[in-house]
Amino acid sequence: MSINETLAQGSNILVYGSMAAYTGAMTAFTISLAKGRRIESLQDSAARTAGASHQARMGSTATLDRPAVSTAITSDDKLGEGRRAGNIGMSLTWLATILLGGGLALRGFSAHRLPWGNMYEFSLAAAFAVSLSFCILSLNRDLRWLGLFITMPVLLDLGVAVTVLYTDSAQLVPALHSYWLAIHVTAMIACVGAFTVGGALSALYLVAEHVENRITAGEKPGRWGTIASRIPAADRLDLMAYRIHAFMFPMWTFAVVAGAIWAEAAWGRYWGWDPKETWAFITWVIYAAYLHARATHGWRGRKAAYVALGGFIAILFNYFIVNMFVNGLHSYSGLN
Amino acid sequence: MSWLRWLWRQLTSMRTALILLFLLALASVPGSLFPQRGTSPLKVSQYLRDHPKAGPFLDSLRMFDVFASPWFAAIYLLLFVSLAGCVLPRALVHFNELRGLPPEAPRNLSRLPTYVSWNSQARSEAVLPNVVNDWKSARWRVRHDGEWIAAEKGYSRETGNVMFHLSLLVLLVAVGLGSATGFKGTVIVREGSGFADNVTQFDTFTPGHLYSADKLPPFSFTLDDFVAEYQSGGQQNGAARLFHAVVTYKKSTTSTPTKHLIEVNDPLRIDGVSVYLVGHGYAPIFTVRDGKGNVVFQDASVFLPQDGNFTSTGVVKAPDTVPQLGLQGFFLPTATKDLRFGPRSTFPAANDPQVFLSAWSGDLGLDSGIPQSVYKLDTTNMKRLGIEELKPGQGWKIPGGHGTVEFTGYKEWAAFSITRDAGKGWALGSSIVAIVGLCLSLLIPRRRVWLRITAQPTGGSLYEVAGLSKTEAPGLTAEIEKLAAHVRKYAPEVAHVD
Ligand code: HEM
Repeated sequence: MSINETLAQGSNILVYGSMAAYTGAMTAFTISLAKGRRIESLQDSAARTAGASHQARMGSTATLDRPAVSTAITSDDKLGEGRRAGNIGMSLTWLATILLGGGLALRGFSAHRLPWGNMYEFSLAAAFAVSLSFCILSLNRDLRWLGLFITMPVLLDLGVAVTVLYTDSAQLVPALHSYWLAIHVTAMIACVGAFTVGGALSALYLVAEHVENRITAGEKPGRWGTIASRIPAADRLDLMAYRIHAFMFPMWTFAVVAGAIWAEAAWGRYWGWDPKETWAFITWVIYAAYLHARATHGWRGRKAAYVALGGFIAILFNYFIVNMFVNGLHSYSGLN
Repeated sequence: MSWLRWLWRQLTSMRTALILLFLLALASVPGSLFPQRGTSPLKVSQYLRDHPKAGPFLDSLRMFDVFASPWFAAIYLLLFVSLAGCVLPRALVHFNELRGLPPEAPRNLSRLPTYVSWNSQARSEAVLPNVVNDWKSARWRVRHDGEWIAAEKGYSRETGNVMFHLSLLVLLVAVGLGSATGFKGTVIVREGSGFADNVTQFDTFTPGHLYSADKLPPFSFTLDDFVAEYQSGGQQNGAARLFHAVVTYKKSTTSTPTKHLIEVNDPLRIDGVSVYLVGHGYAPIFTVRDGKGNVVFQDASVFLPQDGNFTSTGVVKAPDTVPQLGLQGFFLPTATKDLRFGPRSTFPAANDPQVFLSAWSGDLGLDSGIPQSVYKLDTTNMKRLGIEELKPGQGWKIPGGHGTVEFTGYKEWAAFSITRDAGKGWALGSSIVAIVGLCLSLLIPRRRVWLRITAQPTGGSLYEVAGLSKTEAPGLTAEIEKLAAHVRKYAPEVAHVD
């Protein structure tokens, strides 16, 4: 089947449109962060976190089910400016997500297949997954404070996609003709999207934890204090990060197994330590270590957050370094 | 003895598991950065040639067989011993818990994270049995006394955790035994030729440690036709779009032949053996005559592709003439006119096939006893006679009266990987169990709920419902409220009892 050039061009236009919308969203989120304040003071958060860990040491079971702090930047209308900018940011993010989704869809229609067959398309899809995860999560909680930390990596990824990775719309090489491709790659993309959000939360946790520790120790908040005072308290961030990672770990496991099923049909072995497979395995082991770390005394909190970030770095390494610089069977970048 | 016990406790601790997990991740990294013998032996030899100093040193550290190295095995074996040592006792504890009852209600419910209370005139004898029934039918495990109910749910969290960890053990065994008892072979088959499952017919054959040769089922197949299609034009000009191999196979020497289409993602499966299409190329057909006009060679020679456009190289050996005759050269499916960079194809399909040959005469070196590659000519004792380019149907009179070569056309060949791995099904099964176990253990919270009814001195009773989740459970509050609603049905709230 031939490529529908009109649709392929339309896809490019929508992608550029979404990048414009993300730029606007990023600006709005930045303004919103600069002007916003959260409800609970840093001092209170620090005291509560210190209290909670004291309680945990005492052996009682502290659960965090009752949210002690609103994750809203502000619900105080006197600080309306930050709020309005945040709302604009959210609306623009929705718009950008829809445009990007449209761009992906047209790309798929132009070649009559799922639009994740090469690195350019995979990057678009990953950006879409990150953005969509964020939008869906924001439906029943206020995530305006997170917007900047989502739209920035999304925009970076799209920038790399359209400048370095761009490939014309085309048919697939025969090894990719498989419905396991659809299943495996779709699951992988969903994971990359959600793990990006998880990674952002873990990074913000580290910031909040650092500042709260300083306050507990009686020091000034320091230069991270400004950011920390605009995001939720460390314990909330930790819990949100954990939930995302815990939810996505089975999905990642599934995606790896689906890849193995596909590899068995395509290459005659279900596991061959190809560089991409190896890094998928490394990522899996690191996230398993994260889940363990959160259940191991002395590893909760900061160390666990570093492990989660390690998992995300492994994903990035697998995606950019292994795809482009390490030769393997998974040579689907479409670049020469 | 005591230090042994100490060692075992250390090994089976979460901290050790964590460190071993990190080590496992770290140990895998060189396996992705250095070429590995298992997947690309040629790149390993190339690396050793390019790095005469570092190469052998890295090799002595087993950097080119990371995943088969003793230190990698040490890490995962320790990890799995630790896993078994940690999870089996937990499984036992959990098994006992499954048959037990939830613990009694704590004294002071109001200190629990989720708590509701109200006053009612209803008497506990009238309420309790109904609530017990309601909660039981909402699939809570219930224990009760005259004044309280304790209920627990979410045991499948721990069941899932045990399932997950144990299925990893099964997976390890399945992977290990499957590859030890199986084999992996490759073979190149030209159109019109065949393959019978016999170890001598493989081009390469790697048996597992526990493999025995009589396990080959007696099947055979012939390659009737190989079809490839390529993208023409555009940025991805020449990219492959379709491969398939039409074969006729027989399960055993006596069974009826069956036609089958093998595609890249669709192997032929016979009696536990799978035949995969893994590569393809061209085999130009030559007729070589000696100086007297006798045919000394007439066949399709497999030429090996050197680039994405199938510029292919190969040789023809005619050992039965005196002196012996050899041809070496290129097959170009779509020859270019621009010969500045040497003979080279510009498209993978055979749109304008040509061969570039050089003829050699002398001693082919076949009798030296050293095994020779069928794709290379050893020209140490040979003399070059001349070079020529030919299109299909053209012939060439080799200079010096050494005979003639006719390039009559070409066939395609397909490379097949033929493997057997009896552990495959087990590996898949245990992976599925692992995923199910993971979902249970990560998504189902274990939670406890209590109801306490305290008769008030002034008449009526205080109703308290409280809940607790050992793990960070979202939505516990809503669930407790629902359970409290069950109770309120039988014990409606009154404003005040006094
Ligand atoms: C080697 C010894 C091992 C020990 C001692 C061990 C122990 C445990 C324990 C006690 C938990 C429960 C934590 C909790 O309730 O949150 C757990 C959870 C988990 N384990 Fe292991 N494990 C081991 C090996 C492994 C291995 C090899 C993997 C896979 C790479 C793994 C993956 C996981 C995962 C993903 C969880 C999350 C479940 C949860 O958080 O509930 N474990 N492990």
